[in-house]
Amino acid sequence: MADSANSARGDLKLTRITKSYGDFTAVDDLSLTIPEGSFFALLGPSGCGKTTTLRMIAGLEEPTVGSIHLGSTDITTTKPYQRPINTVFQNYALFPHLTIFENIAFGLRRRGIKDVDEAVNKVLNLVELPHLAQRKPTQLSGGQQQRIALARAIVNRPALLLLDEPLGALDLKLRRQMQIELKWIQKEVGLTFVHVTHDQEEAMTMADTIAVMNEGKIEQMGSPADLYDNPKTAFVANFLGQSNLIKGSLVGTDGDSLVAELFGQKISLPRNRSHAVDSSIFAGIRPEKFRISLLQTPVSGNVLSGGKIEDVSYIGVSTQYQVMMPWGQELMVFEQNDDGVAPFQIGDAVNISWEPIFTFALRGDEDAEAGTEVIPEDLDEE
Amino acid sequence: MTVKQKDASIPTLPLGAQISRWIGRNLIRIYMVFAFTYLFIPVAYTFAFSFNDSGKSNLIWKGFTFDNWMNPCGAPEVCSALGNSIKIGLLATIFSTILGTMIAFAIGRYAFKGRSASNLLIFLPMATPEIVLGASLLSLFLVFQISPGFWPTVLAHVVFCVSFVVVTVKARIASLDPRLEQAAMDLYANEFQTFRRVTLPLVAPGIAAAALLAFSLSFDDFIITNFNSGTVTTFPKFVYVSAARGIPAQANVIGSAMFFLALALVIVGQVVSRKRKVS
Repeated sequence: MADSANSARGDLKLTRITKSYGDFTAVDDLSLTIPEGSFFALLGPSGCGKTTTLRMIAGLEEPTVGSIHLGSTDITTTKPYQRPINTVFQNYALFPHLTIFENIAFGLRRRGIKDVDEAVNKVLNLVELPHLAQRKPTQLSGGQQQRIALARAIVNRPALLLLDEPLGALDLKLRRQMQIELKWIQKEVGLTFVHVTHDQEEAMTMADTIAVMNEGKIEQMGSPADLYDNPKTAFVANFLGQSNLIKGSLVGTDGDSLVAELFGQKISLPRNRSHAVDSSIFAGIRPEKFRISLLQTPVSGNVLSGGKIEDVSYIGVSTQYQVMMPWGQELMVFEQNDDGVAPFQIGDAVNISWEPIFTFALRGDEDAEAGTEVIPEDLDEE
Repeated sequence: MTVKQKDASIPTLPLGAQISRWIGRNLIRIYMVFAFTYLFIPVAYTFAFSFNDSGKSNLIWKGFTFDNWMNPCGAPEVCSALGNSIKIGLLATIFSTILGTMIAFAIGRYAFKGRSASNLLIFLPMATPEIVLGASLLSLFLVFQISPGFWPTVLAHVVFCVSFVVVTVKARIASLDPRLEQAAMDLYANEFQTFRRVTLPLVAPGIAAAALLAFSLSFDDFIITNFNSGTVTTFPKFVYVSAARGIPAQANVIGSAMFFLALALVIVGQVVSRKRKVS
C-alpha cells in the first residue's frame, strides 16, 4: 500500500479538473480548495457535476484533465483504497452479509489493525447505536443505517469525509435531526467534511462554506450568509432561496452607493453588492426584505410605487403576497405576521419599499429565470 | 343462539348460486389440488413400488416389503451405476461451476470485444437438442481418437452444465449493487480483498444454486451420456437398459431416496433462511 498517500493530511486542492464522458462534460475546468477541518458543501441541481466531483475526490473516477492534491501529496491517480478518504454513500452501501460490528470494523481490518473492539464500540456510542452491533443491516431502519454508514467511515479517522446526499432517503423530520447531529459530530471528531447535496436548506444549515455548482462549474463560493445576501449570479440568487430580479440600469453614484433606475423609478444600492459589468443590471431583492404599504403611508429607503395586490397566501409564520407592478412584473413579498391579521387585500393599491443595503445587482444580460426551474432530483444520479 | 338467529334473518340464496359462489371462492385451491396431484402421482407411484415384493420385474404389485430399502444394492449393477453417476455428477459440477462462474463474471462485469457474442454463444448448448449435442460430441471424440467412457462423459456434461451455471450466476451478479464494491475499495480493500470479502460472499448463493442445478442436470442426463459413456453405466442408463427386462425395485428405492434428499435440502434451506430473517 502507498502509505505516503494514506497518511497525507492537509487542505484538499482540486486544480483545473475536467471530467468528460465522450461529448458530455460533467465537470468543467474546476478549481477548488477545501481547508482542513471545515464543513464544506457542494450544492447544485441534479446533473451539475457535484457527485462526479465527489467521486473523483474519492478515487472512484479519474479526472480527464487536472490534478487533486491532499496537503502536498498528489492523489489524482491513486486507488480509492490508497487514499485517507472515506465516503458515506447515498444509499449507505452497508455490506448486507456482515453484522453492523463487522461493517464498521471493515476498514480497520483491511488496514491490518487486529484489535478493533475499542474503536468500533467507541464510534457505535458516538452514533448512539451500541445495542445494534450484532444485527444485520437489513434489520435496521433508514435512519439507523445512515448513522452506521457514518460510523463505518469516521472510525477510520480519514483526512477527509465525503458525504454523498447522505440524508436524501430520510423523511423530513429525521433529516432535520440528522443535520444537527452531523454538524455536532463533525465538531466532535474534527474531520474535514465534504457534503454533496441538492437541498439548499441542508447546505445552509450545516456547512461553513458552500460552493454552488451549475453545469460543471462553480457559480459562487462563500459562507451561507454571503451567498444569500450577496449572490453574484441569477442562478445563485434563485437556487438559494427566492429572489425578485428587476430589470434596470445604473445611472449614477452617490458616495458609497450606486443609483439605479428601474422602470423610471430611482433606487440606490451598495457599491460592493453590484456584480454588473456595464450599466445594464438586474436589481435583486429577497422577498422578505420588501415591505408593503398603502399609498398614503409615508415610507423611507427605496420605494417602487404603483403596485397592486394580486394574491395573498397566509402560511402561518408569514403572509406571501404577489404584487403586480406597472411594468407587468409580479413581485413576491413575504411579510411577518407580527401584527396579528393580514392587513392587505387583493386589489389594494400599494407601494413597495426596502432598505437600500438589501439590494444586490446582477449583470443585465443574465437569464433572470436561471436556477428557478430545476429538474426534479433523481436520487440515483451518478 | 344469537348466531343462529342472525343466520335465519339473512335470506338464503338458491342452492345453485351457493355452489357457484363456493367454487368462485375456492377455485384457486381446487386448481392447486389438481395441479399437485398431476405432478406428484408419478412420484407417489415410484415411492409406493419401491416397497413392492417384486422379484425380477416391478410392474405388478405383489406385496409389501422393506427388503428393497434394507438392501438397495441387491439388484446387480444398481449401486455401481449410481456410484458412476455421482462421480460424474460431482466432477462435472466442480468443473462447470468454476468455469461458469468465471465466464459469468467476465460477461457480467467487464466490457470486452466480443462480449455480446459470448453472451449469445453461451446459450447455444442449452438450445441445441440433446440428441444432436450427444451425437456431435461422440463424433468429435472419435475424430480425436478418444474412446467413449468416464472422462469423455464428464467433459460432455461440463459442456451443457456450463451454460446453466453462467445464466444462474450472471443473474446474481447483475443484482449486485456496484456501490458495495466501491464502498469496500473506499474502506481500504484492494481489488483482491474486495472480491474475497464482499463480491464472492454476496454472489455465493447464486454459485451454490448453480452448482446444485449442474449436479442435478448431470445426474439426470441420459441422452448425451448414452452416446459418450461407452461401457460405463450411469444410473439413468442402467434404468433404461433394464427397462427391457424389468426394472428392479431397487431403482425405485434410489429414485425415491434422491427425491427425499432433494426435498430435505430445500426444507433445511427454507428453515435456515427463515431463522436468519427472524433473529
